[in-house]
Amino acid sequence: MSNEVLLTIDGNEVKACEGMTLFEAARNAGINIPTLCHHDKLEPYGVCRICTVEIESRGRKSLVAACIYPVENNLVVNTRSEKVVRIRKMLLELMLAYAPESKALQQLAQEYGISQTRFEKEPSFCILCGLCVRYCMEVEKKNALMFIGSGDKREVAFVPQIASQECQSCKRCFALCPTQALQANFVLTQALISRRDPDST
Amino acid sequence: MIRTISELEQFRSNLSAKKDSARPCVVVCTGASCQALGATGVIGALRKELEKHRLANAVDIKEAGCLGFCNRGPLAVVHPGELCYLGLTPDDAPEIVSQTLKGKLVERLTYFDSATGKNIPHLPDIPFYKAQTRILSGNNAKISPWSIDDYISSGGYSALAKAFSMTPEAVLSEIKKSNLRGRGGGGFPTGRKWETARNAAEPTKYVIVNAHEGEPAAFMDRSILTGNPHSVLEGLIIGAYAISASRGFIYIRHDSLRLSDIVANAVQQARDYGFLGENILSSGFDFKLELHKDIGIFVSGESSALMTAIEGRVPEPRPKYIRTSVSGIWGKPSNLNNVETWANVPLIINKGAEWYASIGTEGSKGTKLISLSGNITNAGVIEVPLGTSLRDIVYRIGGGVDNGKKLKAVHIGGPLGGSIPDKLLDTPLDFDELSKIGAPMGAGGITVMDESICMVDMAKYFLDFLSGESCGKCVPCREGLKQMRKILDKIIKGKGSEQDLKLLLEIAEVTRDASLCALGRTATNPVLSTLRYFKNEYEAHINEKRCLGGGHHQVTKE
Repeated sequence: MSNEVLLTIDGNEVKACEGMTLFEAARNAGINIPTLCHHDKLEPYGVCRICTVEIESRGRKSLVAACIYPVENNLVVNTRSEKVVRIRKMLLELMLAYAPESKALQQLAQEYGISQTRFEKEPSFCILCGLCVRYCMEVEKKNALMFIGSGDKREVAFVPQIASQECQSCKRCFALCPTQALQANFVLTQALISRRDPDST
Repeated sequence: MIRTISELEQFRSNLSAKKDSARPCVVVCTGASCQALGATGVIGALRKELEKHRLANAVDIKEAGCLGFCNRGPLAVVHPGELCYLGLTPDDAPEIVSQTLKGKLVERLTYFDSATGKNIPHLPDIPFYKAQTRILSGNNAKISPWSIDDYISSGGYSALAKAFSMTPEAVLSEIKKSNLRGRGGGGFPTGRKWETARNAAEPTKYVIVNAHEGEPAAFMDRSILTGNPHSVLEGLIIGAYAISASRGFIYIRHDSLRLSDIVANAVQQARDYGFLGENILSSGFDFKLELHKDIGIFVSGESSALMTAIEGRVPEPRPKYIRTSVSGIWGKPSNLNNVETWANVPLIINKGAEWYASIGTEGSKGTKLISLSGNITNAGVIEVPLGTSLRDIVYRIGGGVDNGKKLKAVHIGGPLGGSIPDKLLDTPLDFDELSKIGAPMGAGGITVMDESICMVDMAKYFLDFLSGESCGKCVPCREGLKQMRKILDKIIKGKGSEQDLKLLLEIAEVTRDASLCALGRTATNPVLSTLRYFKNEYEAHINEKRCLGGGHHQVTKE
């Protein structure tokens, strides 16, 4: 039996268990923290930063990702402070530039009062949340997907040797994609594979 | 194999008995810069000259590590007398050999001091060296980086022997008392970090040397590791003893070939001599050490990314709010320190925390190696007590701007650091003071810029570098850097607006506040510091379509 932890989230006293994240503790208390890269079946990843919240601990304020920050006794959490909202708005604008069609993004944008992004639209149809890559690695344990490139050259790619064997009968990662990009990417890769090697299926 | 502390002392006295201190010795710097400038050719010519006259036994030639005066190389120091010769070519070899044998000086090769109009023959009298305190780098001129015997005869591994006569707790307490702070960039108190790892419940613990040094214009760690590698190994073994770690790693980039050869050689020597392995110097302490060579991008130097790489995975910072000194490599307590931090440890143990803490400022103790580069008369790797003013570094040691132009800015700390104007040069070299002015010390790179440099262009240079070197994992770092680059590009081309400037600041603040690791959180320093001190340059591009630099780029006029 894990120890009970008491903390304050948005002014409400919240009970949580040791080892929980702020995201989980908030959700149990009915407080919704938005996220684009978190999934209950997968290890916390902490990359979209949309779940950033402001915490106060021993008199010091800081900004942390709720999906990975562990609960602590007496922690004061603000999930909608002015700073937090400013960060979420900017992150949404940044992501909207390359996945303007994403329903998940559009919904959040509406919630945060963003009608359009100030950045030049360069749709790549992928926000690099890594849900597909992590699902394939952690749940299916196939590793048919991976990230390639670093910095702003980062992208999701299928590993042709594995994808040509595994993906046709699975495709379970498709449902996780917040931008429908995966499908396009997969179809493209498949085309490439069959062009290179007409015998493979 | 040296089995006990008394065997070590016996070995040391045998070495000094064999040494003929009267025999002339020409020490040639083989640091990276001197090599690039032709040191290998100079050494070859010197050896050939000695052979020609059958003098190979009369004069020693020593290939030393970096001596620091990088833009004046290849350089050599002749003993006895500590005569310093600069800008050598192979053609100088005959004269150096013949004059050295006569005990005479080759004046034309010595340092010319334009202030007094006189030549300065002795190395310690040259202003560049005179204003330094070379407690870490001074031995580079006495030892070959390939020779453990050289290190031992200059007192090497005596701190390890002393540490073994103390309890691990006493060693830890000495480091804590010294107030040594991490030299890699963060400035975190080393003793506290060690203590966290030592106190972690898990008994298997690791120690790591971060020798990644991935930033442009930084060669401090290279200078230490290719000059005096055993000082780092000795510090590491002492640290491992204090923390109770039985295994260590040295992380080196795959492209540092000479550096990794020197370190691999040093590690092998330390094994052969018994300073690594089981029951070191009969202390009962066992320690294994291995080299980890990696294809590192800049972010691999971030401690959690580096540890992920050692585990054999892609070097990306891990999204966890738990210190690596509690849970690092394979989830075990892992204490990582930078090369220079480790090199300080033997000094502190040998001379005591009190001595060490007498150097520096209230909050920043000891000395700091600095890579001094840019538009500066004397470029190289220098070592000064913390607390030295930036003005002394730039003018007394650096000799000021090299081309008669006015100084515009000094950039401190590389891509994650900041630029400050002339009027702030009296700020001391101090972790906290530099952070306050928005130019954190980082690993210790200082680049001097004259009035012809466009500060907007400069900020963009660092963003270009960082957006390729970031791992690209989190949104604020990957996308924030990319959009900031685009805005800077627009401004530079004369197409920017006041709104762009506002947006730039907005992105910079979010990238700083929301990024996953220290790279993203500090990557905005070049932009934020130039917006703070050189906003007029941004405004000139926007409002007057004019660059306040010296025309490195064209600003499009409408």
